[in-house]
Formats: sequence, structure tokens, C-alpha cells
Amino acid sequence: MMLDAFAASTVAMATPIMLAALGELLVERAGVINIGIEGAMLAGAFAAIAAVHATGATLAGVAAAIAAGAAINALFALVAVNLAVNQVVAGTAIDLLALGLTGVLYRRIFGATGRAFTVAPMRPVALGPLARVPIVGRALFDQSALVYLAFMLVPAIAWTLGRTRFGLRLRAAGERPEAADALGLGVYRQRWIALVAAGVMSGLGGAYLTLAWANTFVEGITAGRGYVALAVVIVGRWNAWGVAAAALMFGGAMALQFVLQAAAPAIPYQLFLALPYLLTVAVLAIVGGTSDAPAALGEPYVRP
Amino acid sequence: MSARLKAAFRPAAAMGLALAAVAIVLAALGASPLAVAADLADGACGNWIAVTDTLAKATPLVFCGLAVAIAFHGSLWNIGADGQPVAGALAAGALGPALAGWPHPLAIGAILGAGALGGALWGGIAGWLRARRNVNEVIGTIMLNFIAAQMLSWAVHGPLMEPSGAFPASAKIAAAARLRLYFAPSRLNLAMALAVALALVCELGLFRTAAGFQLRALGRNRRASAFFGVPIARITVGAMALSGALAGLGGAVQISAITHRLYETISPGWGYEAIAVALVARLSPLGVVPAAILFGALDNGSQVMQRADGISPELVYVVQALVIIVLLAFDAAAAGGWREFLGGGAPAAAMEADDA
Repeated sequence: MMLDAFAASTVAMATPIMLAALGELLVERAGVINIGIEGAMLAGAFAAIAAVHATGATLAGVAAAIAAGAAINALFALVAVNLAVNQVVAGTAIDLLALGLTGVLYRRIFGATGRAFTVAPMRPVALGPLARVPIVGRALFDQSALVYLAFMLVPAIAWTLGRTRFGLRLRAAGERPEAADALGLGVYRQRWIALVAAGVMSGLGGAYLTLAWANTFVEGITAGRGYVALAVVIVGRWNAWGVAAAALMFGGAMALQFVLQAAAPAIPYQLFLALPYLLTVAVLAIVGGTSDAPAALGEPYVRP
Repeated sequence: MSARLKAAFRPAAAMGLALAAVAIVLAALGASPLAVAADLADGACGNWIAVTDTLAKATPLVFCGLAVAIAFHGSLWNIGADGQPVAGALAAGALGPALAGWPHPLAIGAILGAGALGGALWGGIAGWLRARRNVNEVIGTIMLNFIAAQMLSWAVHGPLMEPSGAFPASAKIAAAARLRLYFAPSRLNLAMALAVALALVCELGLFRTAAGFQLRALGRNRRASAFFGVPIARITVGAMALSGALAGLGGAVQISAITHRLYETISPGWGYEAIAVALVARLSPLGVVPAAILFGALDNGSQVMQRADGISPELVYVVQALVIIVLLAFDAAAAGGWREFLGGGAPAAAMEADDA
């Protein structure tokens, strides 16, 4: 029973991180480091709730989250890819922008002191008898559509990156952008595609937070999940399967809080909240940093 | 135009553009940009108390801005000027109550020293991870930000909680460890003077010492500087620790001069704001002082704006973000020329500071 709940909340906590991290995987394989993921998730989370508030339709919320995430990342792409500025600094600005805009808009739309606007949770879709499998049944086969989407994206992205012409071009942009450009593969194009796709996924991750998990919006609801996604890509060694495993590991670390807080009240809850970050530092300190990273990661490419 | 005026032109233009963009956002939200601007200005410098509060708000920003500027000169992207001042504040807040009975100058030295050490430890860990474990400092510092925030939360709910146990805050620091407010109720204190002095020291250290040269060489070209015998690991750890120490001091002066105790929300987001400060200052340590005062004024003014216009003070984040983005774009355009900018290409060195 407890394992059941733990597995379910592991998947619930892992899903938004997995969505965002799979997007960042594409972006980093194309040679860009985007620390603005947090901003794209936040924009998605807010757009989702605002759209549901305006229309009453969950689907409108999902669509708005997609649009908001894509728009935020398009802005990042414009600055970081076309203008070839420092990606870390540009990403920081994107995070700030989303934090500020969602904060201002939230108070403008929902009021400063008014009761929080809540939405009906996205209905889980049970996959028949699979949902009754012990322990993992509820976690994997009785979830909202966004969870299934996140898990289906794992093989899809692994296949795209490893087995398709498009994936090869994308990786070329991240490993040897000069060579890729000389071959006419279009480095900017690849990076733009990766960033917009990642914006969509981050936006969906944000939508999951507001529509399926919290059922409301609070300022800064993403609470660092975008940065965890960034770490997940590194821990997952720039590989879709690794990213999925790392996302589940971090989801598990976050879910521990719910299970252990009741079981072991003597442990300060802050330790659980810090666990994903402690885990990241520990894992990276042990396995070491960036040896598997795409060769041109973080280097702005300037067409000669 | 003098060189200094010329250097200030781009940041000023970026600030102007960012504010214009925010005015449009405000108008779209149905607020009057002019009224908001007037309230902002009133809150930032409308009277003596407002002016001194602006300076008090700017003080930790000078320290954190210096921290970012120093690290960025070495291409060490320290996003940790949020966790480092928290670590510094934690050390200062933990030591502060124990300094009762100490002579005032000693107590001040001890509490600020503790803050610097706390910050140096936090920055140093990220530097060590970078130098020895090849862990990108961006990731390292961001993770350490979250860890510091949780440590602070745990401290004020647990071991450092004030004796009555009613509030999530630490016990007050000893009177001896409090920086004097000379013109109370204004919050004017000597920390700003210390900040300006440190800015001068950083300027000299960066541009007039061998270590400063090595750091800047590292920032320009890591591989080449290794080839020419720059001790990469030592400079990396040292620069990150120094950067952390500066940020830690920012946290400690906030405790010593303003709050006198730890709160969970001690940092209003100094780390990110410090990046905007450092960029507007063109990474010049001396330039950090006016840039921090400018952003401190915005922060301070935003409170009046919130009361008078019902606009969330988070609007300030939007200004900060837009200033960074516009400034990056300006630099890229200036480095590549507008024609190339429109054509899609611009040099990579776009965000390097003009050397003094």
C-alpha cells in the first residue's frame, strides 16, 4: 500500500522534470545550454491556469502552456542562437522574465489576496487491467495523459536522436557546428528546432504542475524543477534513457518526502526538500562532470 | 565624449529600452505607466528616508554584484550569488548572538568575517567541483543555492530558532555586532562605505595584480592560459571562493545592519539581480556601485508602486530581465555591426567587458 503510493508519487514528481529534461536533452545535443527551462516551465504553468480560468477547458490550458513555453524559448533562441550571446546569462534573464511576468500577471488576473483559483484535476486515464498490477499499476497505468506522453517521448527521442537523419543533423550542430554548417545542415535551424520543441515540452511540464498536480497556481510553483531538469540531463549522460532514469530517481527523491515525513517526523523536512540538489552535487562529484557532453555545448556559434 | 561616458552609454540605453518595454506592459495591463513611474521614483528617492533606504537596499547588491563581476571575468559563471550570501548570513546569524560583551569593532570584525567565510566555503565548493571534478559551475552554484535555502529554513525552524519558538527566525545578534545606524530612523550605515572600498580593492586586484591578470587570462582562453602556466585549478577555486566571500559579506552586512537576525526570506533574489548589476556595470568593479544603487532604487520604489498602483513588485524582475537581454543584444550588435546582426551573425566575445 505504501509502496503503491510511493511509486505513484515518484512518477507524479518525475513527470514534469522528465518532460523538461527530455527537451533540454535535445537542446544540449544541439550544442546549447538553456538554464531558462525554469522560466519556460513557469510560463507554461501560468498560461495553463490562466487559459483554464478564461475558457474552462483543460485542453485550452494545455494548448496555452505549449504556446507559452514555445514563445519563451523562441525569445531565448533569438538572443542565444542568432545573436550568439552568452547562453548562461541569457538563460538567467529568461528565468527572471518568466518569474516577473507570471507574478505580475497572476496578481493582475487573480488579485493579490483573493482565494486561489483551483481547477478540476486532469482526469487519470486507467489502462484497463494494467492499472490493477500491484505496486506499479497505479503509478504507470492510471495517470493523466501527460504522464503517458512523457514516457512515450523517451523511446521517441532516443530513436530520433540516434536513428534519424534529423537526429544526426541535430547532433552535428552540437558536436561540430563549423562542419555541420559547412555541409549546409543549418546550425541555427537545428538549434531553433530543438529549442522550440524543448519549449513545448517544458510548457507541458509546467501545465502538468498546475493542471494535474497542484490544481492551482502559486508564484514560483516550479520551485527549481527546471534546474533539476538541467541536472537530470547531466546525470543521465545526454541520453534519453539515462535522462528518464535520472528523472525517476529525482522524482523518487522528491516523493520520499511524502512517505517519510509521516513515518519519520524527526528528520527535518528541509532535508527532503534539499535532497534532489544534494543528490545532484553528490552524483556529479562522484562520477565527475562533463566528459560525455556534446563537444560544442554552450559555445555560441557564429557563422563565419 | 569621454571614454567613461561612452562606456555608460550602452547600459543607459538598455535601461531606457527595458523601462519603455515595461511601460508598454503596464499600459497593456490597464495601469498608467506615468503614474507608476512617479510612484516608483517617489518610493526610491522621494524623501530622505527613501534615499537612505535605497542605499541600504543597494548595499548587499554591491557585494553580490562584485562577486558576480569577479567570477565572470574568469568566465566562471557564478549563478550562486544567492546561495553564497545566504551561507554568509547563516554563519553571521549563528555567531551573532554569541558576541555579547565583545568590543564593538571586534564583534563587527567577527560577524563580517564569519559571513565572508561562510560565503567563501559555498563558492569554494562550486570552484572545487569545477576544478577537480569537472562539474560545470553553473550547475554547481545553482544546486548550492537550493541547498543553502533549505539549510537556512532548517536553521530558523530548528537549531537557531529564537528562544520563544514562536517565529521562524533566529535569536537577535548581540548589540555589539550590529552596525550602527547613524541617522536613525534612516538605515544609513557604514556597510556601503565598506562596499565601495571593496569595489576599489577588486578593481585594483583585477587589473593591477598578477592573480587578477591570470584570472582574466583564464576567462579569455582557458586552454591558452594553461599552456602559459596559469595554475588553472588554483585560480578557479580561489576566484570562486573570493567571489563567494564577497557575496557572503553581502549577507552578513544585511544581518549586522538591517535585520539583526535570520529570516527564511533573507535574500530577495540577490543572485539574479547581481547578474543584472554586474552586466550593467560592464563587469567593472567600480561600476558595480552605481549599478547596484540603480537597482536598489528600483527595488525600493517598487514597494510604493505596489501600495499605490496594485502592481506586484515582481515587475522589477521583468526590468532586470529585459535590461540583461537588451544589453546582451546591444553588445552583440555593436560587436558584429547592425548589418551582420540583421543577417544573423555576431561575434562570440559579445559579452566581454571593455578592459579598463
